Amino acid sequence: MTKPVKTDKKTEVETTGHSWDGIEELNNPLPRWWLYTFYLCIIFALGYSVAYPAWPMLTRATPGFLGDSTRQDVADDIARFDAANAAIKARLVEVDLTAIAQDPTLLQFATNQGAAIFRTNCAQCHGLGAAGVQQSGYPNLLDDDWLWGGDINAIHTTITHGIRNQSDPDAGYSQMPSFGTDALLSKIEIAAVAQHLRLISGQDYDAALVSQGAALFAENCAVCHGDAGLGNRDLGAPNLTDAIWLYGGSTKNITASITKARFGVMPNWSPRLSEDAIRAVAIYVHGLGGGE
Amino acid sequence: MTDTTPPSLYKAREPIFPRRVKGRFRTLKWWLMGLTLGIYYITPWLRWDRGPHLPDQAVLIDLAGRRFFFFMIEIWPHEFYFVAGLLIMAGLGLFLFTSALGRVWCGYACPQTVWTDLFILVERWIEGDRNARLRLFHQKLNREKLAKRLVKWAVWLLIGLLTGGAWVFYFADAPLLLDNLIYWQAPMVAYTTITVLTLTTFFFGGFFREQICIYACPWPRIQSAMLDEDSLTVGYRFWRGEPRGHKQKEPEIPTQSTQGDCIDCRACVNVCPMGIDIREGQQLACITCALCIDACDDVMDKVGQPRGLIGYMSLTDEAAEIAGAKTKPIWAHIFRVRTLIYTVLWAGVGVFLITALFLRSDIDISLSPLRNPTYVTLKDGTIRNIYDLRLRNKLGDNMTYQITVTGAQAFTLALEGQASDFVKVNADETFSQRIYIDAPAESEAARDERSDLRLWVTALSDGTRQSHDTVFNGKDD
Repeated sequence: MTKPVKTDKKTEVETTGHSWDGIEELNNPLPRWWLYTFYLCIIFALGYSVAYPAWPMLTRATPGFLGDSTRQDVADDIARFDAANAAIKARLVEVDLTAIAQDPTLLQFATNQGAAIFRTNCAQCHGLGAAGVQQSGYPNLLDDDWLWGGDINAIHTTITHGIRNQSDPDAGYSQMPSFGTDALLSKIEIAAVAQHLRLISGQDYDAALVSQGAALFAENCAVCHGDAGLGNRDLGAPNLTDAIWLYGGSTKNITASITKARFGVMPNWSPRLSEDAIRAVAIYVHGLGGGE
Repeated sequence: MTDTTPPSLYKAREPIFPRRVKGRFRTLKWWLMGLTLGIYYITPWLRWDRGPHLPDQAVLIDLAGRRFFFFMIEIWPHEFYFVAGLLIMAGLGLFLFTSALGRVWCGYACPQTVWTDLFILVERWIEGDRNARLRLFHQKLNREKLAKRLVKWAVWLLIGLLTGGAWVFYFADAPLLLDNLIYWQAPMVAYTTITVLTLTTFFFGGFFREQICIYACPWPRIQSAMLDEDSLTVGYRFWRGEPRGHKQKEPEIPTQSTQGDCIDCRACVNVCPMGIDIREGQQLACITCALCIDACDDVMDKVGQPRGLIGYMSLTDEAAEIAGAKTKPIWAHIFRVRTLIYTVLWAGVGVFLITALFLRSDIDISLSPLRNPTYVTLKDGTIRNIYDLRLRNKLGDNMTYQITVTGAQAFTLALEGQASDFVKVNADETFSQRIYIDAPAESEAARDERSDLRLWVTALSDGTRQSHDTVFNGKDD
């Protein structure tokens, strides 16, 4: 079975017998340290597979006698960060809400923490950029218009108890009548009120309808929205004279809002989030540009 | 071949015992070794005053603080292109030197060569020159051999320790770190790095030596593609030396001696740290350290022949010399179109980097507009754009800056959480601030899709200012 061995003429080294386009491969020996390195790698691999999780079994891999676990590493890391933040979190809960802004360290911690919590819990409705969604009536948190109050205490209360939910008795609550669907106003009357709202919010309006609209407004709407339409934060009644419309300020949108009485619901975040987390989100939201 | 036993698949390293040599190139290499090792060991200890807020180490790679200090230059992470530029210059520089002078890097400046040279020097001091070392190698292990080996390894380990130790000083304040290292208070990573570098220096310089160049290093392979027929490499003038052999005392017909100049004394082989025979021609293992030139010149002087049987030459010289033509002068090998192009490219990158260095401002502004949403409508119809402003204070002093905005439109500016438009940025720090730029309701900027605006950052202390252009998004209705 011995194959004929060819020898390269110039170097007098045997060839492997493989030839590619006339180029032959010399059968030079490997350096021995290379072999030893290979053996060392095998020994290392054996040792490693005993020391660390390696061999897959039915339910989990062999644990390895060093007890190393990347899951445990993550848990440890989280515990370490929690421990490191425990003091500042305690301080965040202790101090008065209005005093946080005066403490740069606390403010920075709360803002960063709040941003992360916002992205996890609030962004689903209010959007990642906190700009809300007008079509669905999720409020924009970047502007300076607040339904239930925009100072730090009001924001904190809203986040803690939520709005119009069933699970927290302290949740902000109000309900606008559905003037159209419950037949409280006729279509023409609703159209007149809509034109009045266009007028007081500084938009184009139908002059023929506004006087009737003003009378209907005083009769039906002013009790919550105020005589001048400036709203009432205790009731979550929007200011109807500014440039900001929860569901949009076109005639069509205003008409729809009066007809169907649209309003939103927000869950209570206590006790889902801890007090320090709620305070952090409140600080974050307050610092988005519209905080009062 | 009738031998039926297959050849061994593995080959043990053939030990090399380079002999001591004296000469021009050896002297040059001693100086270069002193210079390169000196630069390596001393650099971290040089001081450079940068003011009270910045480190005073001349060369410091501050990984934790993400800064690189090099004398008067400080590089921030976003200026990493300087490092890229330096690497490009290093690459082009190697191309240049290789095309002109062959493997001059390998032979003179490569750390593997320099440290191996140093280790061989130590070996020679402790165990003697080539013949003594050969004898010791073949000798059975006795007290003398053990003692010499242990002393040698101890010195190697010490050099390795100093080498690894010097490395970590580039990454932290050297005197403080040395103090911490001695009192066992330095970070674990420092000890780990020193251990790893000590051991690699010990093994690479003491035992692997030429095998690193032959088996591990990609550079010889790359270099062979950059050498050309004009590159200067170490070569043997076989047309002058062959046929080699011992000189006859009195040739029968002196003028028609059939002997070449090579007396086959193997001096060139014995001094070679790579263990090769240069007379076999250019080969992969040759690092062009030029020690064989010194060895051969010495022998040629002794036998009364002209020097240069082994010397620096190129392939074109070889062809010309064999043909009896005149060879090119050395400058013609070095100044060629190819090397000039490399020089121009290399210098071009260098000029670009120096220009960029001087054009850097001490205040660095980056302004990222928030795109989600592009604008916010306020109660009174004002259109607001939100930006995240980042200021980098590259000076050694704490600075106060005033932030203002200009543009064709009447913009107003407000800083989140700040009553004024002044911000304080500490020395060598980055400061982030959310800013609001408002355009009044029904103004052109509020209505248009986009308007240009310019943000100014003015240093309160001396009035130097820096601007940044951006756009304002309006309602576009």
